[in-house]
Parts: sequence; structure tokens; C-alpha cells
Amino acid sequence: MVSTERFIGQPVLRKEDPDLLTGQARYIDDWTMPGMVWMAMVRPPYVHATIEAVDTTAAAAMPGVVGVFTADDLDLGALPFVWPITEDIKVPVHYALTKDKIRFAGDAVAVVVAASREQAIDAAEAVSVRATVLPAITDIEEAAADGATLIHEDLGTNVTVHWVHGGAGDQGVFDTAPVIVTERYIQPRLIPNAIEPRGCLAYGVQSMGEYTLVSSTQIPHIVKVTLSGVTGIAEQKLRVIAPDVGGGFGSKLNVYAEEALALGLAKKLGVPVKWIEGRGENYVGTIHGRGVLHDVTLAADKDGKLIGMKFVELADMGAYYQLLTPGIPELGGWVYMGPYDPQTYWYEFRGVLTNTTPTDAYRGAGRPEATYVVERAMDALARKVGKDPAEVRRINLHPPFDEATPFICGLSVDSGNFEPLLDKALELVDYDAMRAEQRTRRDRGDVKQLGIGITTYIEMCGLAPSNILGALRYAAGGWDGATIECLPLGEVILKTGTSPHGQGHETSWAQIVADGLGVDPDKVTVLHGDTMITPLGMDTYGSRSLSVGGVAIHYAMEKVKEKARTIAAHELEVSEDDLDWSDGSFRVKGAPDKARTIPEIALSAWHAHALPDGVEPSLHATAVYDPKNFTWPSGAHACVVEVDTETGHTDILRYVAVDDCGTVINPMIVEGQVHGGVAQGVAEALYEEAIYDDLGNLMTSSMTQYLIPSAMEIPHMITDNSQETPSSTNPLGVKGIGEAGTIASPPTVINAVVDALSHLGVTDVGKPASPERVWRAIREAKGALA
Amino acid sequence: MTHVSLTVNGAHHQADVEPRTLLVYFLREQLGLTGTNVGCDTSSCGSCTVHLDGESVKSCTLLAVQADGREVTTIEAVATDGELSPLQESFHRHHGLQCGYCTPGMIMAASSFLKENPSPTEEEVREALEGNLCRCTGYQNIVESILDAAGQTSGARA
Repeated sequence: MVSTERFIGQPVLRKEDPDLLTGQARYIDDWTMPGMVWMAMVRPPYVHATIEAVDTTAAAAMPGVVGVFTADDLDLGALPFVWPITEDIKVPVHYALTKDKIRFAGDAVAVVVAASREQAIDAAEAVSVRATVLPAITDIEEAAADGATLIHEDLGTNVTVHWVHGGAGDQGVFDTAPVIVTERYIQPRLIPNAIEPRGCLAYGVQSMGEYTLVSSTQIPHIVKVTLSGVTGIAEQKLRVIAPDVGGGFGSKLNVYAEEALALGLAKKLGVPVKWIEGRGENYVGTIHGRGVLHDVTLAADKDGKLIGMKFVELADMGAYYQLLTPGIPELGGWVYMGPYDPQTYWYEFRGVLTNTTPTDAYRGAGRPEATYVVERAMDALARKVGKDPAEVRRINLHPPFDEATPFICGLSVDSGNFEPLLDKALELVDYDAMRAEQRTRRDRGDVKQLGIGITTYIEMCGLAPSNILGALRYAAGGWDGATIECLPLGEVILKTGTSPHGQGHETSWAQIVADGLGVDPDKVTVLHGDTMITPLGMDTYGSRSLSVGGVAIHYAMEKVKEKARTIAAHELEVSEDDLDWSDGSFRVKGAPDKARTIPEIALSAWHAHALPDGVEPSLHATAVYDPKNFTWPSGAHACVVEVDTETGHTDILRYVAVDDCGTVINPMIVEGQVHGGVAQGVAEALYEEAIYDDLGNLMTSSMTQYLIPSAMEIPHMITDNSQETPSSTNPLGVKGIGEAGTIASPPTVINAVVDALSHLGVTDVGKPASPERVWRAIREAKGALA
Repeated sequence: MTHVSLTVNGAHHQADVEPRTLLVYFLREQLGLTGTNVGCDTSSCGSCTVHLDGESVKSCTLLAVQADGREVTTIEAVATDGELSPLQESFHRHHGLQCGYCTPGMIMAASSFLKENPSPTEEEVREALEGNLCRCTGYQNIVESILDAAGQTSGARA
């Protein structure tokens, strides 16, 4: 029962697995209730149109239909948008059901409620909408141009936000430096595609005014507080449960129309209301990611040593702001220096409304966009000064540091030691041998050419110090909570404010508790994802769970141990100062056999027969942790590709991910996070792209057109997380790993593709580097050379 | 309504279904076997993979009436008395799942594949999984899990 073993750092197998492996998990579509009815959204086949009439009569008469409702039938406030990043930001009004105009393909005008899923969907198709079609704009430059058709007329412009990082250093260097690199990079929209679509079930007791929303969400706590405002259900009478959640990647870090509608309808109708998203709906109704364009200027000396870095971005907001929309590019605005050390910095972005699905956080949220353009430009700089890209990075890396150190972006980085990461990546990818092989193939003029791509990166996790969030005009805090209850028979319950959906918190958190309290992880049960059971939480996104919620566990254990020490000293008849905590017990100094374990003390605290004066029964404690700084993982990725210069086809021959995420709690889970992150980044680099036609229709509107890679396309990955530079921000030394792979891999792969073709004069291949794009890049370069 | 009679996980079932009912919704909603998941509308993701007369099929591409007179096996029947099958155990040991949503489909696809090819190479495993999408794992540990269950090791490329 009592353990003296160390569990942090061990590949403990996951506690989550058995029910997931046997089909016993309970995802949202597995929930059902007596009297339950189904909701279906009415999304007319328009992208941009003025609504003239919505006729629900035919639908209302269809079999099983309980009712058809438009905005006027439901008393719902505007959907939440919580990050008005500037004082003069223009905020589009966004309701769960639109009244005046349809502004994107997911904009719903009504909902149908019916007895069955099929009846609701059938009836939704019978709602007829008369509307005047308006020109649709899906291109950000077109939307930003003077005279463009307005998405929201009341705002007077489609360019609704302009955020300028104050900049740092002498901005004159962008005119005067010996070497100037200017590049333009386009990053297409991406569709997150969690394999489980969204869905929710709302139910309650009308007479009591009490309601519960079960939703496939990453953020039950944020959903609760915001939907209380939207629906008028008192916050203390609203409970939100995240059941088993089938992936999120940011797409479930939001508060959606359907959640508000299901709650509103449960309140109105007094019966449980369920909605499950179809994949086709998911492609238009769930947030997208990326969709940005950057103009980059690097200023350097003739050896390629950076002097200044400047980035001007145009970012696609979509038709409305969802929960965080314009905050996403801003989040990236703090990492455009990469792990480098320039003296001058500039970043600004303009957010543009278009007739598309709103963008928001997609795995990495701002940092992949930034890292992509920084690392593409570093390769362009290397080509310009005629140096090896590894060398140009090496001479620019910030020197090592283990205490918080100010970076040019204006924030302090907690710790970092970048050069050994680069060395390790080069070693694992067999860099020199690959360069030799590349030369051989070039000399031979092979059809299949080799390219090597490198990325060195830094990213920002641990969202976030609440005072900084306040300064950035974010509406909430960045803290998280943990409650530990030591039960009388030796088991421990941990209630965490994080809300995992595949990340394995039940296992990693149990490892932290096991080490802290000297118990076996099997004795620790982790509860999460229910605002009634774990009211203190800020949920799971932005690689924050461990570095905020995990650290809260540490502080809750400190409190438990403080009380336990008092009880142990009393029972052992010594003063508290005479006790050491070692090998999972409080031991009397000089007489280590006189000891009390946490389970022993928990029993004493429970029966409370002989507690010291002033000590309350029960061994439990709650801590709420507000980080004093962000955490900053870093790393180096390298990849080797083979590009067929005749067909444009790219194969990844080797992929190496070397990431320093600080203290590793569970190396197996960390490796899994890197695998998944890299796979999503490889998908972004080679396959995935949301494409619209001239009329604004999404052409990649299902999994048959939008190319999610299978096991055939994703390469075997070599990972290394052995460098653990502890964060100076928190006592566990942890940083975060959920997004690193997605941040580092797109530029790594694209740099490799460009590198394979650079001797042909190719300097740019856009994402995704499809065979057609590569083939065209080669043709254009040949044309330019001819 | 059309009458169907079929065997699911060894138990015989008779039911009246709407002709348009997909097998996956019959299993999930009429029989309460919710382990089989739905991830797309286009037979792309493979989350709904089950066995029909011992072979893996996507249960969203079949109507329930097409399973009339046949034998269906779902993820619920893979473990015995709470004891994981060797393949499930291998997924557990190799961290071959994260959110778990694609996992039942992966297990069903892989178990049927291993019956056809008990000693596959890594390449063959990857090819066999082409119809099953996972967004969490990057597939690497899924491939490891299947190779290990087959007594093979990774790196055994074709």
C-alpha cells in the first residue's frame, strides 16, 4: 500500500485504457435518457445571404417533430467571446441562431426538435429559407481591400482588429543591415478533425431551475460560466460534464451555438435534448485553424547573425469571433524571436472577417504559425549568406540559462539550453551523411532528390499568469485547482481542474501524487471534467494542464503534508521539527523506524480519536495555483525527404524530434504526445488544406476530400526527450509537451522539401507541399532559370 | 419496417428495423452496444469497424438488413470476462491509444488482419490500417502494438 518507489519519470501504463479498449467508454453519443428528444440544426445552403423568410410549417408537420425554433422563439444572449485584445477592436454580434444574414456555411437559422435523430435531420431539411445571395469572400486580402463586400455592415469594415506588439530595439536596422531577407508565406486553413465529432445532451428540472449539460468539450468550467450568462441559468444551478471526449486539438476549446441551444431548449421544453454533430456539419460548424499570411523581414550581418526580426501578419478570423479568435495570432506574437537573440523585434497583425467558419485555437494556436515563418525565413537567410542552415541556427541560438531571462519579445523565458538539442537532432538524423548523399544525388542528377530540413524552436505554455492575461485583456484567469482527499483505508482521491481528452492525466497525475504522498499510483483515483465534482478548474488547452493543474497538485500535497506532519508529530510525541519526510513517511530524526505514513495519518485524521488540539478531522486539502510565469519548452526537429522531381511526390525518409519539455512525468505519454503532434504537423505540411471555390463553397467538405493522413503516410518517428531543463517557473520543473510536435514539424518538412529542390532554383513551396505544388514549383524555377 | 434476424456477439437477435437503418446504429441504439463509434458520414475513418462473419467491415457502410442471417462481432466481445485479449493488452502496453475513440475500430481491423496475415511486416500493418484514421497517436504505437501482438518487432520493413 505504501510505496517508497519513485514514479515520476517512469513509463507507467495508463489507468485510462481498459474501458477505452473494451468499448465500455462513455462518449457523448453513448448517453441517453428517458424522454430524450433530438435536436438538428438548420443550416441553409448559403455562404453569404440576406434572409428574407424562414418557413418552418412543412418541417413542423413532419413525423415526430416536437417543434421548430428560430432565434425569436428562444431567449438566448449572444455567444461568448472572451478576448477583446485591443481597446478599439470591433466585435461582430454572434447569436446561436442568425436572424438577418447568413455569413458562413455553418450559420444556422433554426433548430428542429424531434423524437429521433433521423426525424430531426429529415425535418431540418424541410425548413425552407428564402434569401438574397450576396457575394462571398473567402480570401483575406480580398476581404481586407477597400470597398470589399462587408460581412458585418454595422462594423463598417472587415478589418476588425489591429494588434501591434510594441516592438523592441532600433527599427532602422530593417533598412540598414548588411543582409536583408524579405519573404511572404501563406498558411492555409486547417480543419481540426477530432475523430469524435462534437455533441451534447442537456437536461434538468424546470421547476428547480437546475440544468446539466454533458458536452464533448475540453473546457467544462469555461462552458459553465459563459453559458450561464447566455442562457440565464443561475451559475450555481448549472452543471457541466465532459464525459469521455474523443480528441479535441483545440476544436473543443470553445463554447458553441449548439451547446447554448440544447440548454435553452431543455429549459424551454422540460425534456432532455441531445445533439450529435455529423462530420459534414463538423467541417463547417466547428472552428478551423491557421489561415494566415505573413510578410517577414530579417536583418542580419554578412555571416547570418540576426540583428532584427519583423513580422506583419494578416489573419483570417472567419465570419464571427468564437471564444478566443483574435487572441490566437496574438498568442503567437510572443514567440517570433524563436530560440534566437536578435536586438530588434516587431510583430503586428490585422484580423480580417471573411465568409468562412470562424478560426480559433488549433493545436499550437499561434505558435505553429509563428514558428513556421521564423524557420522558413531562417533557411532563406542561410541560402542568402551561403551557409549551412544548421550553422546559421547555431550562431544565433540564445546562450543557455536556468533562471527566468528576458527575451526580446518582452517576456521572460523560464530556462533553456538550445544548442545541445540541435546537436542531438543532427546526430540522430545523421546529418553529415545525409548531406553527402544529397551531394551525390545532385551530382548524378537523380530523379529522386534528397532534402534535409531543420527547425529549432521555443514555445510558450502554461497559460497563464492571471495578471498577464488581465493585461492582455483576456476575460478570465489562468490558474487551476487541485483537491486531495486521503481516505481512511489508504486510498487517495485527486480532483483536478484539468479536463483530459486523451492526454492521460489520470495516470500522470497519479504518478505525481504517488511520489508526493508515498503511495502507489494504483491507490490514486483522479476525478475530472465535472464542474460539480471539481468546481475549481480552468480546463485543458495550450499545453497548460501539467504546468498549471499539475503544479496545483504539488501545492495541495504540501498542504496535506503540513497537516499530516502535525498529526504525526503528535502521535510520535516529538516536535514537528524533529520529523524528516523520507521514503514516503514522516520519520523521527535519528530514529527512522519511528514513522508514520500518509495512509496511517489519514486513518487517524478520519477516526479523529486523538488529534492534536486545534486540528480538524479528515486529511484533505485544496490548492489553487496561479503561475508566476509561462513555461517555455524548446527543441530541434530534423527531417530527410526524398522528392520525385518528375511527379512532385514527397516521401519522408527520416523524422527526428528532440524536445526539452522540462521534467518528464511519464516518458511513454510524452512520446505519444510528440508522435501525435508531429503527425498533425506532417499532415499540415504535406496533405491538409481547406479549399473554397469562387462562390465560397468549401470544396474539402468531408474526409474524402480533406486528406487526413493514414498510417501509410505518417513516417516512423525518432523521438528524444532526454534533455530535461527544469522550468524555473514551478517547483516540479515541468513545461508542457502537447503542442511541440505540431509547432516544430511543418517548417521542418517544408524546409526539407525546398532544400531538396534548392539546386534547381526553388526557394518556396507552399503548404501543403502536394505533388502538384512541388511539380509547379520545379516548373516555375526551371522557367525562371531558362 | 423490415424484420432482421442475426447473431451479435454470440447472441441471437430478432428485430424490426427501418430499411434505411445502418448496421452501426442498429448495434448502438437498438442493441445498446455503444463500443462501436461513428466518426464520419463517408466511410472514411473506420471508427465503426466490426466483424461480419469474421471479416472486418465498416458498419456505417452496411444496412442492418444486410446483416440479416449473418454473424456480427463487436468490440464488446473481444475481451473475455474482463480479461483483455492479447491484442488489446498490446495496445495497452505500447500506448497504442490516447483519446480511445478510434480504438475499437483499430482493434477490430487489426484482429481481422492478423487472422489473414499472422506475421506481418511494419509496411503490411500500415497498409492494413489505411482505412482507419487516428488523430492522436501518429499511428506509431498502434503499429507497434499490432506488430508485438503478432510476435514481430518494428523495423521489420518489407
